[in-house]
Amino acid sequence: MQKAESIKQKVMPSGDTFASSCNACKQCTPLGACIAFKGLEGVLPMLHGSQGCATYIRRYLISHFREPVDIASSNFSEETTIFGGNKNFNTGIDNIITQYHPRVIAIASTCLSETIGEDVQRLIFEYQKTHNAMPDLPVMIFASTPSYQGTHSEGFHEAVFAAVKTLAESSGPVGDHINLFSNMISPEDIRHLKEIVEDFSIPVVLFPDYSDTLDNTSWDSYRRIPDGGTTVDELKKSAQAYASVELGYILNSGGMNGRIKDNGTKQSAGEFLKGKFDVPLVRTGLPIGILESDKFFEALSSISGKEIPMKYQRQRGRLVDLYIDGHKYVSDKRAVIYGEEDLVVALAAFAAEIGIKPVLCASGGESGKLAGTLREVLGSNYYEDMVVGQGMSFERMEEVMQELKPDLMIGNSKGYYIARKMDIPIVRTGFPIHDRLGAQHAHVLGYEGTMILFEQIVNTLLDDKQRKSPIGYKYM
Amino acid sequence: MLWIRYVCVQLNRATVLWTNEKGDTTMIKEVNNSVSVDDLKKFKEEVLHKYPKKVAKKRDKAILLNDPETPPQIQANVRTVPGIITQRGCTYAGCKGVVLGPTRDIINITHGPIGCGFYSWLTRRNQTKPETETDENFMMYCFSTDMQDSNIVFGGEEKLKQAIREAYELFHPKAIAIFSTCPVGLIGDDVHRVARHMKEEIGDGINIFGFSCEGYRGVSQSAGHHIANNGLFKNLIGRDDEKRGDLKYRVNLLGEYNIGGDAFELERVFEKCGINLIATFSGNSTIQKFENAHTADLNMVMCHRSINYVAEMMETAFGIPWIKVQPIGADSTAKMLRKIGQYFGDQELIDKIEEVIADEMVAVTAAREKALKKTNGKKAMLFVGGSRAHHYQNLFEELGMTTLSAGYEFGHRDDYEGRVVIPTIQIDADSRNIEEITVTKDETRYNPRKTEEELKALEAEGMEFNGYEGLMPQMAKGTLVIDDLSHYEMEKLIELYKPDVFCAGIKEKFCVQKMGVPLKQLHSYDYGGPYAGFKGAINFYEDIEMIACTTIWKELKAPWESETYVEAQYAY
Ligand code: SF4
Ligand code: SF4
Repeated sequence: MQKAESIKQKVMPSGDTFASSCNACKQCTPLGACIAFKGLEGVLPMLHGSQGCATYIRRYLISHFREPVDIASSNFSEETTIFGGNKNFNTGIDNIITQYHPRVIAIASTCLSETIGEDVQRLIFEYQKTHNAMPDLPVMIFASTPSYQGTHSEGFHEAVFAAVKTLAESSGPVGDHINLFSNMISPEDIRHLKEIVEDFSIPVVLFPDYSDTLDNTSWDSYRRIPDGGTTVDELKKSAQAYASVELGYILNSGGMNGRIKDNGTKQSAGEFLKGKFDVPLVRTGLPIGILESDKFFEALSSISGKEIPMKYQRQRGRLVDLYIDGHKYVSDKRAVIYGEEDLVVALAAFAAEIGIKPVLCASGGESGKLAGTLREVLGSNYYEDMVVGQGMSFERMEEVMQELKPDLMIGNSKGYYIARKMDIPIVRTGFPIHDRLGAQHAHVLGYEGTMILFEQIVNTLLDDKQRKSPIGYKYM
Repeated sequence: MLWIRYVCVQLNRATVLWTNEKGDTTMIKEVNNSVSVDDLKKFKEEVLHKYPKKVAKKRDKAILLNDPETPPQIQANVRTVPGIITQRGCTYAGCKGVVLGPTRDIINITHGPIGCGFYSWLTRRNQTKPETETDENFMMYCFSTDMQDSNIVFGGEEKLKQAIREAYELFHPKAIAIFSTCPVGLIGDDVHRVARHMKEEIGDGINIFGFSCEGYRGVSQSAGHHIANNGLFKNLIGRDDEKRGDLKYRVNLLGEYNIGGDAFELERVFEKCGINLIATFSGNSTIQKFENAHTADLNMVMCHRSINYVAEMMETAFGIPWIKVQPIGADSTAKMLRKIGQYFGDQELIDKIEEVIADEMVAVTAAREKALKKTNGKKAMLFVGGSRAHHYQNLFEELGMTTLSAGYEFGHRDDYEGRVVIPTIQIDADSRNIEEITVTKDETRYNPRKTEEELKALEAEGMEFNGYEGLMPQMAKGTLVIDDLSHYEMEKLIELYKPDVFCAGIKEKFCVQKMGVPLKQLHSYDYGGPYAGFKGAINFYEDIEMIACTTIWKELKAPWESETYVEAQYAY
């Protein structure tokens, strides 16, 4: 394998230059789509393709969220791959309806159905046509998610877009609510965002809201489809919102870089609503750290014409105070940050503002926008020696890290093995987290979430220091 | 809140037991005591009428009331109906994940888009223990060709070749295996041709081979096992004739994948008995062990479903007889050892085995007696794999627990009804998809380990060769046997019968526990184990005692939600 060439070349070549991926830093598109779909109320997702994909994806999601995640499959056989998935599609939908009576069936394609060129929109159309007499015919949504185009992150945003595109309809005057497209975040962070918007007294359609469906209470009796989620009616009226707020700068725009087939048609949900229904769009990043959170709170403030509630001003104040208390522990530390592109940008902005040097920012995503976005968002905080790697695998990250000698990794569980090899600490955040309890409750957004993240980072560093100290100070 | 308390309960095992000794488990018992085998009859009716007619007709044949004397014919190894949520995985998962995954020194390259390879990266808990620090171990790596749009359109063979070159340059492995995923079959990449080509190009004695294990090819993982077995036989077994180690009592263990260290425990037991384990297929295995496996004198098949093909092929080619063993449960581990003693017929070995059993059983008996107090009379259900749903019944029996219902995820009829039914199994389009290889006697190395007469004599003494009687004969009359249990059926089972323990996997875990029934994962062992052999049995007793008797399940309802609580308040 070509050695990760010249680290001096700060923006590493994209994954294209390597044929294989060894220890990839991304998952496949339908996985992301399934997470987003779980944010719909009364939904049962179905993957159109072989059953293995659904099984693997369920297993992955379940061990992250530690909740039931039911995903059906249209279960292709060899025959299906030759004659098309029409029959399987219909049987699948029939069976889902009789067993689960869902309000929504959300369908994502897989590599297999995409490769044979299934026209799922048409299958849906025909099913609906022949079943239009059926009472309670579920709403059907389709996201095209071949994995050879993009990562789970693109899949997620594609599904968000697909749901909005299918459901949004302009049927009245502009309402008093806003849309909040919240990106791939934890259920706990969804709840926090809702709390913030509520404190501004702004009615909101937050999508996708899997804060209950993927983080439920225990039940006295089993619910086949868990409660919670953004409702179909809410999404319908997303067209009448007076503004959309979208968290994330990159979203599914990776589609524009030419590796994705329907080049140019890739839109985010917010862009779609703006283009079709003139809903003004405000885009900020994921609110992690003070500067990025400020942008989010200011956006809400200017949209609503209200002042930032005292509660959050106090939180901000406490966060600044905490930074002052903790800066001596983190200052000048060298961190490797990896995960989905939007998360990497937000974490890097946060790291830079607390004096941590983001020496390597890596993602399996390949939007082609990571480097530019980092530069723009970090502004004067930009760390000039930062290495930016898109389309990165863990194996290549490790190579680069051997030279960069970082003090800390911030990202998902999959990087653990490098941390272990290099004997540096790792702070787990993002997806997937399979080796710690509580991924569903990870809280990193807003001033409050940042506080928790900051403490976690400081304490992890302190722990590492204590562990490696021959003396074992307990007063640090 | 409940979950946090559950964790605490697990950590403070002693506390739980103490609580239990006060008789605190009554609620769970109440539900169960009312379940009799007779009640199981209504299950079928309840679920079938919910299905569309055609599906009901199909499922009707896969849900049966057992008769151990004359096992009824079950429908197994047929496609899951679209839209029915199944436990099953795909052919690729069975081939790459299960059979070839546990070998540490083969580089496995997944040819396909990123997901398939990623999801099978260290997700099974098969363990490995390199003998020295410098021994090759590629288990931590996930190689994938990460196919992109252009590869789908123009073909991915060149990218695969390049991936092989890169892997070779990086690690210089002795062997590289290529696994095909669904899109590969469709676009017509020929992984076997690429394997041949690259073997020549790299030279250096490297072994490169491919598997056509596209996910859609079979009904479940099972097709992948078969494909993997063929590949093992064609590309690895028999390439090294050197007889290594002790020449006495040479055996292979087939279908043991070292989940949670099971193979380590069995290695320990064999070593203690002086039995020379040549190869395990494939827990804690290496290329050399596979290549050398044909020098063993007895094959023992543990997971019949996933590996019986290798046993058959080795018997035909090299004359090694095989027996079915179940070293899950202390008594059946002892039984396995005695069979080995009987087979080799050497008094020294037989005595040694008895000595080991006696020694091991001291701790086992003590642990069992302690657990029995809590577990006796409780009820279990098992839906997992292609052999575990059977083998683990041994352990539950040892704990005095009854299995109310069981079934496989990817078993075939012979795994339920016994190998006698094999000639009557219909071959359908899905099975025809799997390449059949013809194996003949190896010209120079065929050497029947026992003569016909010797085998007959052993059979007369009660040994059974090439046989497996299946799961049904072990289960009580009237218990429920269900193949390819659907998610929906699982919910019904729990709703109707509330067993004390439900055994399945991670996909089922949280649903079942939300309904207030503890789930024991028998794929990953809930990160515990080993459960095989003697020490494994002790671990299992302790774990089941803990989870089946935990009082947390009583607290799913907050006190103020329960009517009796309110009444009690009035009574005060
Ligand atoms: S085939 Fe595609 S959709 Fe299925 S698991 Fe593999 S990468 Fe994901
Ligand atoms: S694409 Fe095929 S091989 Fe890959 S996970 Fe899905 S079913 Fe299995």
